[in-house]
Amino acid sequence: MATEKMSIAKALNESLRKALETDPKVLIMGEDVGKLGGVFRITDGLQKDFGEDRVIDTPLAESGIVGTAIGLALRGYRPVVEIQFDGFVFPAYDQIVTQLAKMHARALGKIKMPVVIRIPYGGGIGAVEHHSESPEALFAHVAGLKVVSPSNASDAYWMMQQAVQSDDPIIFFEPKRRYWDKGELDTESIPGPLHKAAVAREGSDLTLVAYGPMVKVCLEAAAAAQEEGKSVEVLDLRSMSPIDFDAVQTSVEKTGRLVVVHEAPVFYGSGAEIAARITERCFYHLEAPVLRVGGYHAPYPPARLEDEYLPGLDRVLDAVDRSLAY
Amino acid sequence: MTVESTAARKPRRSSKRTSAAKTPAKTQEGSGPQLVQLLTPEGERVEHPDFEIDLSAEELRGLYRDMVLTRRFDAEATALQRQGELGLWASLLGQEAAQIGSGRALRDDDYVFPTYREHGVAWCRGVDPTNLLGMFRGVNHGGWDPNTNNFHLYTIVIGSQTLHATGYAMGVAKDGADSAVIAYFGDGASSQGDVAEAFTFSAVYNAPVVFFCQNNQWAISEPTEKQTRVPLYQRAQGFGFPGVRVDGNDVLACLAVTRSALERARRGEGPTLVEAFTYRMGAHTTSDDPTKYRADEERAAWEAKDPILRLRTYLEKQELADAAFFTALEEESETLGKRVREAVRAMPDPDRLAIFDHAYADGNPLVDEERAQFAAYQASFAEEGN
Repeated sequence: MATEKMSIAKALNESLRKALETDPKVLIMGEDVGKLGGVFRITDGLQKDFGEDRVIDTPLAESGIVGTAIGLALRGYRPVVEIQFDGFVFPAYDQIVTQLAKMHARALGKIKMPVVIRIPYGGGIGAVEHHSESPEALFAHVAGLKVVSPSNASDAYWMMQQAVQSDDPIIFFEPKRRYWDKGELDTESIPGPLHKAAVAREGSDLTLVAYGPMVKVCLEAAAAAQEEGKSVEVLDLRSMSPIDFDAVQTSVEKTGRLVVVHEAPVFYGSGAEIAARITERCFYHLEAPVLRVGGYHAPYPPARLEDEYLPGLDRVLDAVDRSLAY
Repeated sequence: MTVESTAARKPRRSSKRTSAAKTPAKTQEGSGPQLVQLLTPEGERVEHPDFEIDLSAEELRGLYRDMVLTRRFDAEATALQRQGELGLWASLLGQEAAQIGSGRALRDDDYVFPTYREHGVAWCRGVDPTNLLGMFRGVNHGGWDPNTNNFHLYTIVIGSQTLHATGYAMGVAKDGADSAVIAYFGDGASSQGDVAEAFTFSAVYNAPVVFFCQNNQWAISEPTEKQTRVPLYQRAQGFGFPGVRVDGNDVLACLAVTRSALERARRGEGPTLVEAFTYRMGAHTTSDDPTKYRADEERAAWEAKDPILRLRTYLEKQELADAAFFTALEEESETLGKRVREAVRAMPDPDRLAIFDHAYADGNPLVDEERAQFAAYQASFAEEGN
């Protein structure tokens, strides 16, 4: 297969299929991942083709899912775990933080934890409570974990391939409201490293850093700014831990201005870490303070208010204007 | 007594509720028909209809030796903590039979998931006792290779390892192997959600795992009545697999019951819960003070059920071991104590930069950057010194 246009959901499905084909130790685990193919159909058809032994419908218990995945990894398997929604990961948070993240160090490197935890995250789908959150900072803060999020079909495919091959536990955040966005995927291309950022759009006046669902918003903002004669660069971070600070630095040294955009609350969010690091690295290049656009320090609101809570085109452009006004 | 004094201080909602709270849960009965026992506290061999064991004199002496050496090691570790050589120690005093009996039931290819108190099981697996002391001295968080002896790292978060054991057992079944897995935990852990989830998963997937609960009656200061209103072994029934309560101070019964449960797992018949009814003779850890919450009489009553004493009585009465055996074992114990003492005192502090080692398997640029910064910072002192 050369290049094909497909959705992020389909790209993930193809990538998981490829992983199951390539390595007999790869397992898929989660609630409803079997016959149903997951509530978002990311694992659609996989149990039919690979059997119940490899695509495992689990009891409805997230700590149990991750805890048993750890045990399977100790036995030599490479489990890819699905958490049904962002807000449901917390029963597993203990296993992820106290066990999964620390096991390799606890064993002084003698054992590895090749576990991928897939989490559909973020808002914008009009859902009820606990179905729209962006808890990536809670995982990025934990040493031992790596945290990534694709923003397009090609990255979804390749980043999943790389995540499954990683010997470190990977928290794989999937931008659920972009699942059905289509993009070009070349399954024969050679992907870049998993934890490198990518320039999604070049520009010279200001850098927008985003990842996952906010990349699209930032690209739209950059296009709108272009109409006003402002050249905005969009950097797709792709990895929230580790963060490709070199890429951010390179861009900011060029533009002198940085705005970080994410759905997660701004307070203690990844934008805060990026702002601090870039202020250190690029102090004499900055023409304006690093600004952040994100969620508020309030519980995720009911669906009718989520458009007010989520950073949209206007709020991003407002931040761009504020930065350029310095 | 605790319940009554609490009830006296707090307003009573209803007399019925109060009386229910006052009624001791039947979780403390360490006797009766439901308790599997093959060797009484008096050292008499008794039969059980479901569990038989036939051991040679050499095997019996072996079990005795295991328990004595484990206790000696444990006492040495407690002493080393008192001397400031260890930061902490979690003693297994009183639980030797539960650990040696279950530990000696295992095959080499079986896999063990311990808590942080399974020093006797570690002994059975051939883990060098000094390996166990690194984490208590503070030079590592465990650090042994679990796959060398099929003995996983000590797990401190209560109950977490029961899920790892279940997942591992699911893997064993997938591999078509006939190994079994054993998960150790305690009466306190039985309240953890992870343990309930491990029961659920293992039952649903028919995983070859034995849940070995050492009910030592105390979760730090909380008695078993604060964890459960039913005997713990009965929990298994609700999950769809058998549970059995064994005299945890009877090494023969622990061996027989665990062996039977492991065989059941190997035959593909799924999990078993074994509740070893025992007693934590010492403190929870060296930081704990049990005089604040439990009566001396209780400990004294359990002292009469000592696991080592009863086997010694049996060996002597049956003339299965002579004075020379006991003398030689005493010497071996002292040698072990000395070896452990010397090994701990010689244990070096890790290199400072070890902080950054093994944070990730595939590396991480942030860790590399911080390691370099830290090294440069440390090096700056050396330069100043010059």
